[in-house]
Amino acid sequence: MIPLKFLLLLSSALFAIGVFGVLTRRNAIAILLSIELILNAASLNFVALGQALGHPQGQAFALFVIALAACEAAVGLAIVLGLYRTANTVLADQMNLLRG
Amino acid sequence: MQPPIVLAKAGLWFLGALVIASAILVVTLDNLFRAALSLGLVLVGVAGLFLLVGAEFLAFVQVLIYVGAILTLVVFAIMLTTPRPSAERRGAGRRWPAAVASLALFALLACVVAAIPTLTAVGGAPVSLQDLGRELITTLVLPFEVISVVFVAAMVGAIAVAASPRQGRGPTPPTASS
Repeated sequence: MIPLKFLLLLSSALFAIGVFGVLTRRNAIAILLSIELILNAASLNFVALGQALGHPQGQAFALFVIALAACEAAVGLAIVLGLYRTANTVLADQMNLLRG
Repeated sequence: MQPPIVLAKAGLWFLGALVIASAILVVTLDNLFRAALSLGLVLVGVAGLFLLVGAEFLAFVQVLIYVGAILTLVVFAIMLTTPRPSAERRGAGRRWPAAVASLALFALLACVVAAIPTLTAVGGAPVSLQDLGRELITTLVLPFEVISVVFVAAMVGAIAVAASPRQGRGPTPPTASS
């Protein structure tokens, strides 16, 4: 039997912690780490509900979430590297090149 | 073969505590490298939870892709961009509103979870790897292909963005330096 409520509560906590990280972190890479936490909460939810309902699409969509997380990490880190090269900072509140 | 119920319960609580504790470390540690290593702990813990609920393939994919690829990428980015190990100082004033907001969010989600009727009776046959593979090549074949196209596009884009134009090793020769 799948402990559904425990897993859903766990993924809610993981999601809330990730939101806290996105709100408080200044370093862009740390914000990306927090987004990974949020995506993990989502895939944990997919797997828990899919296994509890006995439906294979839960795991399939968790697989899609993992693939999208890989895309997000690659593109996000590339953007951070490019920003570091042009603006010479990785702190999100100092990226004000467009400020007039 | 299911593990004994007591062992599964103990593993569940252990993995849950591990995931939550290291997730809190990820968002609070000032040293970014240690935060990334804590994220690795979170990912391994979630993979263990996948194993416990019978999603073995997802657990292996999680370890291979997250811990093997994404975390390595993050560690490289940290080493390339952060000059000092603890370059992050933040205003202490912003932490409390954010903590209150995320706790409120968690309370809301917990209320929603508590309102869910128990689904334990619904669980029929556990999903096997054959079911997952058959689903991926029949019903979900279009999303599967689209996700691979997205993946290729993202990788090409990431390389195009991250490749430094000044090295001049690309197909376009560097501007004439006569």
